[in-house]
Amino acid sequence: MQGVEAKFTVNGKPVSVTTDPNRSVLEILREDLQLTGTKYGCGEGACGACTVLVDGKPKFSCSTLLSEVVGKKIVSIEGLASGETLHPVQQAFLDEGAYQCGYCTAGMIMGAVALLEKNRKPSDEQIARGMNGHICRCGTYSKIVAAVRKAAEAMPQATEAKS
Amino acid sequence: MKTSTDTMALYRDDDDEQIIEPVGYDFGLTRRTFVQVLGAGLLIAVAAPSIAQAQESGVGGRRRGGGGFTGSSKPVPLDARIHIGKDGAITVLTGKVEGGQGARAEITQAAAEELRVPVDRVTLLMADTELCPDDGFTAGSRTTPSTLPSIRSGCAAARQLLEKWRGGDESKTYADLAAADAKSLSQVPGTDVQITPTSEWKALGKPTARPNGRDILTGAHKYPSDIIRPGMLYGKILRRPSYGAKLTDVNTDAAKAMEGVDVVHDGDFVGVAAPNTSIAKAAIKAMEDSAKWDQPPHPSSKQLFEYLKKNTKGGVPANPFADEVSGAAKSLRAEYHVPYVQHTPMEPRAAVAEWDENGKVTVWTATQNPFGVRRELANAFHVDESTVRVVVPDFGGGFGGKHTGECAVEAARLAQAVKQPVALQWTRAEEFTWAYFRPAAVIECQASLDASGTLTSWHFVNINAGRPGVESPYRCEKKNQQAVDSAPPLRHGSYRALAATANNFARESFIDELAAATGKDPLAFRLDHIEIDRLRAVLEEAAKQFGWSDRRAKQRDANVGVGLACAMEKGSFVATCAEVEIDPAKNVARVRRVVQAFECGAITNPSNLQSQNMGAIIQGLGPALREAMVFEEGKIQNASLWKYEVPRQADVPVIEVYLVNRPDLSSAGAGETPLITLAPAINNAIFDATRKRLREMPLRLA
Ligand code: FES
Ligand code: FES
Repeated sequence: MQGVEAKFTVNGKPVSVTTDPNRSVLEILREDLQLTGTKYGCGEGACGACTVLVDGKPKFSCSTLLSEVVGKKIVSIEGLASGETLHPVQQAFLDEGAYQCGYCTAGMIMGAVALLEKNRKPSDEQIARGMNGHICRCGTYSKIVAAVRKAAEAMPQATEAKS
Repeated sequence: MKTSTDTMALYRDDDDEQIIEPVGYDFGLTRRTFVQVLGAGLLIAVAAPSIAQAQESGVGGRRRGGGGFTGSSKPVPLDARIHIGKDGAITVLTGKVEGGQGARAEITQAAAEELRVPVDRVTLLMADTELCPDDGFTAGSRTTPSTLPSIRSGCAAARQLLEKWRGGDESKTYADLAAADAKSLSQVPGTDVQITPTSEWKALGKPTARPNGRDILTGAHKYPSDIIRPGMLYGKILRRPSYGAKLTDVNTDAAKAMEGVDVVHDGDFVGVAAPNTSIAKAAIKAMEDSAKWDQPPHPSSKQLFEYLKKNTKGGVPANPFADEVSGAAKSLRAEYHVPYVQHTPMEPRAAVAEWDENGKVTVWTATQNPFGVRRELANAFHVDESTVRVVVPDFGGGFGGKHTGECAVEAARLAQAVKQPVALQWTRAEEFTWAYFRPAAVIECQASLDASGTLTSWHFVNINAGRPGVESPYRCEKKNQQAVDSAPPLRHGSYRALAATANNFARESFIDELAAATGKDPLAFRLDHIEIDRLRAVLEEAAKQFGWSDRRAKQRDANVGVGLACAMEKGSFVATCAEVEIDPAKNVARVRRVVQAFECGAITNPSNLQSQNMGAIIQGLGPALREAMVFEEGKIQNASLWKYEVPRQADVPVIEVYLVNRPDLSSAGAGETPLITLAPAINNAIFDATRKRLREMPLRLA
């Protein structure tokens, strides 16, 4: 496959890769940019582990091609905290202990950030529905709802997710 | 509390490797390695009964598929447990792994407790076979009962050493101890070690967050699939198209011609290493198209239960109490079915392998059995175990599904051939097909009752799944309880709680059938037959918190039902009440509320125990309602998270967990037992709602 140059930003930094544009964003992040915080869980949009924000919208990076993000702004789990200060959603997951093995957590957090960007006061029902695309095999679902609720309370003062 | 730890050896792992107390043990490791990793300081080794040896040769250790690990082959007489750096940094070493079950927090707590330091002063170095003692595999709920005592006595020994050495001078710290001169230490007499009694716990018994939690939330933690080594390539394996298929021909030319691709062809093993995963995939695809296979026939999941019965070793055992049955006031007979399911950890198997110029291989991988995987690698490559190092970073879930090292061996084979580090991560479909499964089961039950509704005989046979949970806790003079083998069509192995789920599903459902046959309330029928106080206590607690008698008495919506179940397993006790609602349009059951009471002796970390129970209940929902492997012609037909539906957020019922604390009793593990009463409680609730008795998992009404 002939390499093509693709430019976009990741966590606020401009990047350029020259490669097959049909590779997934997940693979580019993990293998080319060594940003391994975004996880592979199924590769077919069924589990949410690979969720990132593309121009502020949640996307399954396993099912998003490099060619689709040219010129766009990607935010991955590594780009949420500002320095030592965690994003309110990360802080809420930490406070609530809303993770066990933590492998689903990056995707969960990105999904929750996107959810709260759209709806600052979601009901538990809306949280459950909004997070239904994310699988957690350790069964931390109840705590995840609690964490999203908690983050929602903390969010009004928070700044928008960086892009 | 006294422990058996009475030997302590001290090493000073300074550059001069001065030995303070010469001991005649084979340490099995080089002090140099410790210095490299941990820096100079004091290394405290503890002679404790080898945990690996004490562990039985497997969780339900019968002919489990895969791995071929059976306990430790070599006694480890002296375990290096604690390293105190000259800067006072305290590192505790354990062969246990962290896959989400909370071992890291719990062991850190235990160490801090005995060292009398805050939890954040202790760093836990886990599961590096080069440095850590062999604590056996992390499974079977054994971390709490078996690892904690040895960590605690080791740390208590270190604390006592400090206390004796400083002779009342409180200004002297662990750092001073680590820097002290050898002579002053050798004059400290050894002693019996006292570990802290439960009543004085300061760190243990409290909710403790995972020490590396922050790294998990920021994406900084490196899971096995995240390890990147300089010059690393990405691997992929040519998989057989069906179980038992043999490769007869393959053309590797097209793959070899791809830029940066190395093909490794060694007998039936065909794999590639490539600069990235996409190229590796394309190379495999090119070979798939040309590969020819011999494909033997393989049974279908449609005939699974018939197949298991037909292939029962020695035939299906008959009920020895046939006379009792024929003369009884009442008797019942039923056959229960449990299909194959899979663990489906969120992180599929992954490994990175790297060989050095001396032929030594290091593999970073996820496994619940690091020393077993080291052995597996040594066997696969016919090398000595001392030339294999297995490192297990905290990984993304195991649930009994990661005892083996297939992926580690594959990555190592590729890396050996290309002389560069190779990363291999199984796809979800590979995990669904080539990892192992929880054994399927046919369970035959027969029981007789006298006129008063008391059990008079009990016959219970599990075909294929194994012994755990086969023992009934109900009083009955004539009991026949057996587990017999069959010829399993799929490769099966350990799973969180293993056969205890199948056996308790059958028994607790069947007990409900018997209660119904006598016209008694299922709770009353159980209590009439339970003699074990701890079991009775959790059952009564769950029933009380659920409001069982009210719920049974009340007139209810025709589509709602309640059910309960109780069990004991591995020294812990559990009871579950469930409420289900039947959706008549879709004819499916939805679980609305689950109330669980759980007791495992003294509680060491209540928040972790809550999480373990919650997690087990949610995980148990899948096999109870939806999960089952479907296979046909040697191929898994639902090897996808779209088709094999694990529980999601919207499936989660209201869950209430009530922990019964028994500080007077020693702590048992809690990773498994919380799982085993969910399915029967749901089944019994479905019966209550529909009067229809289901006898097969998953519980499908249509
Ligand atoms: S890995 Fe992308 S949705 Fe599962
Ligand atoms: S915390 Fe393990 S998968 Fe969610």
